[in-house]
Parts: sequence; structure tokens; C-alpha cells
Amino acid sequence: MSDVNAIKITPEIVKEHGLTVEEYQRIVTAMGREPNYTELGIYSVMWSEHCSYKSSRFHLKKLPTKAPWVICGPGENAGVIDIGDGQAAIFKMESHNHPSYIEPYQGAATGVGGILRDVFTMGARPVANMNALRFGDPDHPKTKHLLAGVVEGIGGYGNCVGVPTVGGETNFDPSYNGNILVNAMTVGIADTDKIFYCAAAGVGNPVVYVGSKTGRDGIHGATMASAEFTEDSEEKRPTVQVGDPFTEKLLIEACLELMATDAIIAIQDMGAAGLTSSSVEMASKGGVGFELNLDKVPQREANMTPYEMCLSESQERMLMVLKPGREAMAQAIFEKWELDFAVIGEITDTGKLTLTFGGEVVGDMPIASLVEDAPEYERPFEKPAPRKAATVAATDDLNKAVLDLIGGPHLCSRRWIWEQYDHTVMGDTIQRPGGDAAVVRVHGTAKALAISTDVTPRYCYADPVEGGKQAVAETWRNITAVGGLPLAITNCLNFGNPERIDIMGQFVGCLEGMGEACIALDYPIVSGNVSLYNETNGSGILPTPAIGGVGVMADSNMMATIAFKGEGQTILLIGETKDELGASLYQRDILGADPENAGAPPHVDLTVERRNGDFVRALIANGQLTTCHDLSDGGLIAALADMAIAGSVGANVTIEGDVPLHVSLFSETQARYLLAADPDTAEDIRKEAKDAGIPVAVLGETGGERLSINDGTVDISMADLAKAHSDWMPNFMAKTS
Amino acid sequence: MKSAVIVFPGSNCDRDMAVALTKVTGQKPVMVWHQDTDFEAVDFIALPGGFSYGDYLRCGAMSARSPVMTEVIKRANNGVPTFGVCNGFQVLTETGLLPGALMRNANLHFVCKDVRMSVENAESMFTNDYAAGEEITIPVAHHDGNYFADRDTLDRLEGEGHVAFKYTADINGAQRRIAGILNAKGNVLGMMPHPERMIEPALGGTDGRKMFTSIMNRLG
Repeated sequence: MSDVNAIKITPEIVKEHGLTVEEYQRIVTAMGREPNYTELGIYSVMWSEHCSYKSSRFHLKKLPTKAPWVICGPGENAGVIDIGDGQAAIFKMESHNHPSYIEPYQGAATGVGGILRDVFTMGARPVANMNALRFGDPDHPKTKHLLAGVVEGIGGYGNCVGVPTVGGETNFDPSYNGNILVNAMTVGIADTDKIFYCAAAGVGNPVVYVGSKTGRDGIHGATMASAEFTEDSEEKRPTVQVGDPFTEKLLIEACLELMATDAIIAIQDMGAAGLTSSSVEMASKGGVGFELNLDKVPQREANMTPYEMCLSESQERMLMVLKPGREAMAQAIFEKWELDFAVIGEITDTGKLTLTFGGEVVGDMPIASLVEDAPEYERPFEKPAPRKAATVAATDDLNKAVLDLIGGPHLCSRRWIWEQYDHTVMGDTIQRPGGDAAVVRVHGTAKALAISTDVTPRYCYADPVEGGKQAVAETWRNITAVGGLPLAITNCLNFGNPERIDIMGQFVGCLEGMGEACIALDYPIVSGNVSLYNETNGSGILPTPAIGGVGVMADSNMMATIAFKGEGQTILLIGETKDELGASLYQRDILGADPENAGAPPHVDLTVERRNGDFVRALIANGQLTTCHDLSDGGLIAALADMAIAGSVGANVTIEGDVPLHVSLFSETQARYLLAADPDTAEDIRKEAKDAGIPVAVLGETGGERLSINDGTVDISMADLAKAHSDWMPNFMAKTS
Repeated sequence: MKSAVIVFPGSNCDRDMAVALTKVTGQKPVMVWHQDTDFEAVDFIALPGGFSYGDYLRCGAMSARSPVMTEVIKRANNGVPTFGVCNGFQVLTETGLLPGALMRNANLHFVCKDVRMSVENAESMFTNDYAAGEEITIPVAHHDGNYFADRDTLDRLEGEGHVAFKYTADINGAQRRIAGILNAKGNVLGMMPHPERMIEPALGGTDGRKMFTSIMNRLG
């Protein structure tokens, strides 16, 4: 039956498993013998980049992960923070890039499924899904098909499971033509005294398998995700898993029902590398051994080999260690939900992962060697030379530039996307997609969570350190702009091939910037994921360290939104505008600048960021401010247009000073917010800002049916602006060419 | 008012429905698992939204044959007010308690948004708190809300006042923009939009509340 183990290990087989000759020797040394075929497969996934973080671990250790409100930082299934009143928010973001390029619907769907499991594994009820998506050039022949498939996959899974998809970001850049990025994030809520971890304990305790049956899908998914793509990547379709959101929904309910009892000692979802990585992880964390009888594994297909069962990435499966004697009670719960339940092994004191099949031992590996002996590479890196500030030209047609940006792929409305996501199920979404951050109430309380995902890959490419800082700062600013207190982040680090010195330089630089921002903003990293080798035929993506931030609002009634709330409101700008058009959207999309010569991106002054943000958040919390938008891509004019469009009301704005108008309108200087309030309140805010030493300017007032700047230097009817904003994406998706 | 919410495997608006019923009627509903063949006497039965059985067969087809449905159908036929939202509407058409079928949206995409609809029948036990012709805003969230029935059935529904709500603009391709219908006796209502998601200002409005207050008016 275990015939595969009769296969002789050759250098070709080692190579096919994505292992180098040195790594193979390392396995032989660790085991004290040659591995058999099943064991080789297990080492190959455990030591893959995806599971072992062998290129990134060294640098990840340097990230700030602690704060008094952090209950559990990186290393578990997801990060856990205290949100008061005995409650915790549990969250993580994860990539599903490679599978989504090969098969966009299933790739994206299972990405959502996987991240949901990471969160409910820890005892949380998932309450919000978010995502960060990157596609290639809109004109690339595959972009539309990939976008349509990914959106449908995210919706297909999240809608069925009944967790609202409340926001995210979608961007386009030619560097993603052959490697799209699909990063999915889930946030859940648990009681702080009911959080579940994966460390197994108790020799003799039963190891229990629940959920879907194991099939042959997704074998070697983790290895595939750890390699570059070539022309034949589409032949890798069989490595993509197939999602079953209905089973996931049942699994959530069954797990939460069992978690309400005290039967579970440890629990872990079967994600990348399936049964193998979940059992190794649980045993390793608990310092114990696992003996698994593979004959007991529920199987979807006949004649599966031990190799296939260990490496399958079939979805919607979990592994648990139960207290002895609780099996029958647990089984009854899972049977009620029509899910498989099987005791497949027990905890041992051998420190080994021992696999039996048909009465034979088919695998016997020291757990420590699978985890701790995994290679760790301190790869050489070189950060790009610092760039000089760019001088960026004016445009002779400002009206056209504004319409092109607002009605272009980068800033246009994403309504076409988020209307395909159920964002109102669970009845707690109080700020829907389209604003700065999504806001969901903590069910049955006055509190709410504010969530945002961000990164500006243009900046990360131009200057990885500033770009890393900016990504963290932008989520912080977005959460602040709705009134939330930013508490912690998760990250999804998408980069090219780490064996390239410049890519590794981007990685190291971005992490350095992120770390700096986390410390300055008291905003630690509590979970994350690394996706390397996002390259096709040697061409890498822009460095894309996507950040997912979570904040809390003590009183969900004290919230700001971007929409202007009627006519006659005074518009204020908080923060100083500098000549920072390097690597800006205006420079790229209006002037068509080459990214290589884009100059330095905006500088992130974290002290100013914090000062300005704390000021704005206090205004929202004390009820003075309900209209607020942060400034980011596209600068002041983009924010102004968003607010006017969202409120269906125009604005008349005058920008004073001797700075060229195109700089004032399009500069992407950080730490800025646009506010609107009735004139008396606005005057109070202006004085308070001035007293606090915060740059503040009165720009004008809301009203009318035009967006007019400096006596008509820019003058666009709201109807034209709104149409440009709303039409680009549906028109693009409807194009048949 | 004592109500029951039926829970199928894959229901995902059961909690939302229970929360809305509790908030508006002041009384918590009983949650009835689909395997139960009997449940306590209630004044009102709600079939919630979701993806029962994953919608892997025709939406609602599996749930319509769940053990609990024998009892639900019996009670509905005996006049107990029975209300299905979204997947619940699909279940009701699959049981035959309501005519027609819900097909895939005409543009083939899932749609989640606030929609305007007009109250076509403001007399029924589910709609009497609205004014006739009143326009209200309620969110939809569905992939299969494209109401279809043959012309005779549609004429009869309209002619006898059994169309409860119509969208003011085309949302999903539904025949005659039908958003919700009543049975001939007027005690069974199915609708695609989710009134339970529109019961407080923080969620975007309160137009959904009158669904529940209407029933309370009638039941006293």
C-alpha cells in the first residue's frame, strides 16, 4: 500500500521537491538516514519558503510585536489584542497570490477560507473580511479575467459563509501582469478567557480530525507558492485547492459550539501543507510527539497514499487535541453539523512525528528537525541608493488631469467590486466600503472596530524604508480618520525572488521602515505572512508589504465619514503641504513618468503623523467632527473630489500661497486630513489646531453643483466628476476586447 | 408576539433576524433547528437568509425538504404568519407555499446594495404599517433574486394584490421588478430584500422596522 516509499530518492526527485542539494544533505543529517519518499515530501513542504520563512525569519524577528494590549503576537494562527470589557480582536492577513493567478476563482475563494480558519481556530467568531488586491496593467489581456474571477471568488466564499466583506483596496500596475496579489484578511471577536492555541499537551491524549474529507487537491501547494512562475505555470492548476464555503460555515459553527465547552486542549487548522504542517506545528509548540494512523484519516478518494494524505491541501479541515473522555461529546457536535470526526492518533513522548499506514510505519521524523532545523538564510541584500527629490512639471489642463485621475483605474469608484460582496450581513457594518476605513460594531456593545488595508508600492519601490513607514502610517491615518484608535497591525509581505540582492534589499528596507513606524505610533505587528518569489520569467512585482490595521472606537456613535454633509460647511486642511510629487500618482498617471526616474517619495515624519492624527481623532471622539478624509494617492484634489462625490454636493475652494497650484493639488505629503464642519465649529477647530501648533488652513466651503478651485482655475461639474468616478470600472469590465 | 426562526445548515442571517425580532418586538424568538419535526406554538415563523446547503442545488431546494418544513408548511396552511427573506423566500417557492422561482441575477453577479422599492400592498399583515405606494430603502444581498413566474401567475399576483413590493429600478432582472410576494391567503410573504438589516439609523435607516411592527399590529 505504501508503494510510494519504494521509490528511490534521486537528485531529480529532490529537485522536483524544491529542495537544494545542501538542503537535502541537511535532511539526511537531521534524520541520521536517507528519508523515504513520504518523509521527503514532508520535509519539502515544512522547509519550503512558505512554511519555514527561511529567507525572511532573520529579519522578521526584528519587528516590534509588543504592547500592553497585545495578548498574542506572531507565531500563532493569528494575532490577538485586548479591546476591553473582556473581549479580544483576533486577526491576520494572508496571501493567496500564486493560486489566484493560476485559477482566480478558487485561488481567491480558498484564500478567504484559509484566513477565516486561522481566526476561528483561535476561538473567535469572524466578523469582518477585508482584502488587498493588485492586478496588472488594465490593458494586459489577462487583467479583466483575473479581476472578475478573484472578485467572484472572494464574494462566493465570504457571502456564503456569512461574514461581511467590508473593505479593502484594489490597484493596477504592470509589474503584477504575471503575478497578481490576493491578500485576504479576517477579523474576529472572542472573549479573552476563551482563546485557543495550538500547543499540544498530554501524552496519550487523542488527536482528532474534523471537517471535510481529504482528497488529492492542493498537493504541493506550499511548494508551488515558493517558486517563481514560468510560461508553464498554468499547468500547475492541479495544485490549486477547491473551496467549499458551506462546509466552512458548518465548521465555524461546530468549532465555536465545541469551544464553548472545556474539551479542547489545542486546535489548529490545516492550511498550507495540510495535515503535515498542522500536526508538526501542534507537536512542536507543545514539545511532544504525534503518532498518526493514516488509515483513520477521512478520505474523499480511493487508494490515497500516505504521501498524498500528508501533503493534500484539501480545505475546511481542522486538527484538535481533546481532553481524554470528551470524544463522544465532541463527535455528537460535529455529527449534528454533518461533518467528519475521526480520532486519528495520539500524543506521544517520543518527540517524533510517527505515521502508520496499513500496519506499517511509513514515516518517522524528529519534530524538532522539521521546524528548528529548517534552513535559515541571511541572504545578501542591497538597498537602492537614496533618490533626490524630483521636480515634477505642471500640466496645461488641470481640469482634464483631475478628471483623468478621478475617472482612472487608480482612484475610480470600486463599487463594481464591493457590490459583489455581502458587506451588510451580521447587522453591524456601520461604515461600508468606500470610506477611509470600514467600521463594524462589536456585536451587542457600544464599541466598534475600524479596519483598513493599505500600502503604496510606488513609494516602496522608490525608497523601501519610507515606503514601509508609509504603509503602516496610512492604515493608522485611515483608522484615525473615522475616529478609531489604531491598536495593531497584521502584514502580508509580497516581494519578488529573495535570492536577488535588490529584491532582498527592498524586503529589508520595507521591514526597517515598518518597524520604525510601529514603534513611533505604538502600533505593533501581531501577525503576518510572507509571500516571496512573486516573479515571472525573472521580472518581479513592486515591493508590496500590505498592512492591515485594526483600531477600536469606544463609542460607535462618534464616527466620521468622508461625505460632505450638505451645503455651507467650512472645509479645513490639517497638515502642511510640501512639494512632494515624486513617485506620486499624478507623476505616474498624468505625466507618465518612468518609475526608475520618479525621484524620492514623500517623506514620512512619524512625529507629525502622530500629532496631527491624535488631534483629529480627539475632534471626532468629542463630537466636533463627523466629516473627515485622509489625504493619500492623488493628494488634496482626490480627497476633495471623494468627499464631494460621496456627499453629492460641490465645493468652492481657494488655495493661497505661492506654491504652484499643481503641487498644492496633487502633492502626496503625508499626515494630512481634510475636514468639514459648520462654520462655527470649523472656527473652533481652526483655533484649537493653531493653539496646538498644528498647520491648519481654511480652504473654502461646500455647496453648489461644481467643484471649483481658485476662481475657476479648476472647474468641473459634479455630474461630470461623479460620472467619471463611477463609470471607469463598470465600463472597463464590460469591454469585450 | 412569540416568533420562531428556522435554522438550516448554511443559514447565515438567522442571528440578524433574531436580533431584529428581539429589538422590534421586545421578545426573543425561539431558534428551531431544521432537524426538529415539531416546535412550540408560535405566532410567527421566519425563514432567514443565507446559503442553506451551500445553494449547491437550486437555492432553497434542499431546505424545502428538511424535516422541519413539514411542520412549517402545515402551520402556514393553517394561517400562521410565515415570512421568508432572501434564501427564506427561495425556500418558500421551493415548498410551493409561494408561486414562481428565484433565478440567477440577470447580470450573473451577486448584488449587495440598498435598493428603493415601493409598497404595492399596504394592507397585508406584513405591510400594514407602510403607506400604500410608499417608497422605502432596504438592502439586498443575493445571487439568485431574479423572480420568475409565467404570465398568468404574474397577472394574478398583480391583479389580486399579492405583489407586496416592487423595486423602483431593475436590480436583478425580476419579472415586473417584483421584490416580494404574498400567498393567496395573505399569511405567507417572501421577499429578496433584507428588512432585518434596516432597523436602526446606524445601519443606514429604519425602513425595515415596519415589517415587524405591521405583524405586531395584526397580532395585537
